[in-house]
Amino acid sequence: MSDASSAPKSEKQGAYMEPPTRPSTTTPSGIEVPPVVTADMVREPDQGMPGEFPFTRGIFPDGFRGRLWTIRQYSGFGTAEESNERYRFLLDQGQTGLSVALDLPTQCGYDPVDPIAKHEVGKVGVSLSNLAEAEILFDGIDVSGISTSFTINGTASIIYAMYCAVADKQGVPREKLTGTIQNDILKEYVARGTWIFPVKPSMRLIADTILFSNEQTPRFNAISIAGAHVRDAGSTAVEEMGYTLANGLAYIDELIRRGGDVEKFARRLSFFFYVHMDFFEEVCKFRAGRRLWAKLLTERYGVKDPKALMFRFGVVCGGSSLVGAQPYNNVVRVGIENMAAVMGGAQSIFTAAFDEAYQIPTEHSAEIAVRTQQIVAHESGIARTVDPLGGSYYVEWLTDQMEDEITKVIDEIEVYGGVTKAVEDGWLQMKIAQRAAERKRKVDSGETVIVGQNYFRREDQNEGVAELFKLDPQASARVIEKFERLRDSRNDAEVAKSLAALEKAAADDKQNLMPYLVDCCHAYATVGEMVATLKTQWGEFEEPVRL
Amino acid sequence: MSLNGKRILIAKPGLDGHDVGAKIIALALRDAGADVIYTGLRRSPDYIARVAVDEDVDAVGLSILSGSHKELVAETVRCLEELDASDIHLFVGGTIPREDQDELREAGARAIFTAEMPLDDVVAAIDADLAS
Repeated sequence: MSDASSAPKSEKQGAYMEPPTRPSTTTPSGIEVPPVVTADMVREPDQGMPGEFPFTRGIFPDGFRGRLWTIRQYSGFGTAEESNERYRFLLDQGQTGLSVALDLPTQCGYDPVDPIAKHEVGKVGVSLSNLAEAEILFDGIDVSGISTSFTINGTASIIYAMYCAVADKQGVPREKLTGTIQNDILKEYVARGTWIFPVKPSMRLIADTILFSNEQTPRFNAISIAGAHVRDAGSTAVEEMGYTLANGLAYIDELIRRGGDVEKFARRLSFFFYVHMDFFEEVCKFRAGRRLWAKLLTERYGVKDPKALMFRFGVVCGGSSLVGAQPYNNVVRVGIENMAAVMGGAQSIFTAAFDEAYQIPTEHSAEIAVRTQQIVAHESGIARTVDPLGGSYYVEWLTDQMEDEITKVIDEIEVYGGVTKAVEDGWLQMKIAQRAAERKRKVDSGETVIVGQNYFRREDQNEGVAELFKLDPQASARVIEKFERLRDSRNDAEVAKSLAALEKAAADDKQNLMPYLVDCCHAYATVGEMVATLKTQWGEFEEPVRL
Repeated sequence: MSLNGKRILIAKPGLDGHDVGAKIIALALRDAGADVIYTGLRRSPDYIARVAVDEDVDAVGLSILSGSHKELVAETVRCLEELDASDIHLFVGGTIPREDQDELREAGARAIFTAEMPLDDVVAAIDADLAS
């Protein structure tokens, strides 16, 4: 038997590789960068004022002077009780928003007792199968005083309904709710995999949440169109922005089809991206995306209200740019990415912990991640003036280049026949997989430098971290016990009635499903029950497997 | 190095949706000459074992990034045993902490691969193992 598992080393790899002595001349997206950029190379040196169309320099005239970005750390594991405790810890440390990580059964629409959920309850996030659990999760946390972000997609409408129900229970008027549900199903088909229903009914559900939210929770973002996962799956920064804007346009088309007013709903569309290590490409990705979105909405839909043209986005620093080898170096990586996010004008930032490449962060590593943001915010001074890199020949030139390349990506999808077709056919999935393979080959060959992994290694280097996070092995048993208790104690007639109403509404494309889902939550129907009910009407997405 | 004539099933057990690693490995093995079958997402260990037998594969590669590797590997081994198919070699890839790797090997994984390993090394290891 071969011993492949004990850190194999090819001859090209590791300590054997000669470190490069010069920087690379192309960005990771493949843009060839000249040694020096001069004024005549920039398309339009004057990008106008921040807060004004086309918003290249930012969406607010005063940048971060009006308000710093939201420090929002993704967190959640095990039971609602444990996660509630972690949230209170993070809020005590100065975190200004919550970000709820949900376990896979909740994300895929299975109750904790479902056989397929067996090994996954409470593992990568908190189990949130019904309103009783949500009440525990937000116990002692006033939902009118905090903005909460849920990384949830396939079951986003249900979790959002549950959050509305929590507000009802706390006596908080729904219009006071602030926060975000990710609710971006298109990228789930492409990169993250928590899809449930076929594309069409999924798009309807998303439109329903946004239209309902515009009326009932006007300060809440009912969608966060996310390029982050496509990026982490292997795409370049250019493709990340291109696919995301293309998805955004697809949602707009669906919202218009369902009777939405683009001037109104576009004000609440928000976005979510990764920040990886190539500093200027990341900054310019955001500047170009912001400008292009405003142009697309003006040109294609005739949007006039400046607020509806504003490209608001959150970011995560870390992800696949974190390295398992010499893991403490990740603190530096996240610090650099954090600065790029600020220079790019992000509205909310999540900095990953240095050990997040392979485990749920410990309290210690989670604290360093928050402190990183506070150091950038309060010590570095980079938030002092709006768009501090604006007007740099290189930054303006690279912003132009990024805009052109992003436009090509959007055009390519449209030529193929649109996002929905690209996803249903598995075409986009295939492209991402091929790109990921290419990225991997570049690291293996040494073309891409990763310090500590393919260069600058030591034979005896420590690959691990000192402190390991251990999930409580009994957590899942406690979740299941609570679940069974709930099923015994709730009013079965109420549950059945609310689910029957949901089923009937699902069959009628003219109905908005959100009020029905809120009713189901109040009756303590479970996520698994609501999803199973919708499946009877819509079926399931059939994954196209194409390599 | 050639995997010509070898049949390999790449599988995603459980609910984990991160399939990039699985696809990269599938592409690399195919490039090396193997016949590769990929299950797609959300497959039960029982389903994976049945496909492995039906397709008469030489090896199964499980890709797991959800932290549930111990349970899913053990269950897959059991399902293969029940189908009298323990001769099928089992490999595991994904986010597998070093402390857990011995346990997976004892459970029946012939090798464990993580994201930072060069693809050529992964392919070579599988090749060497199947030749043994």
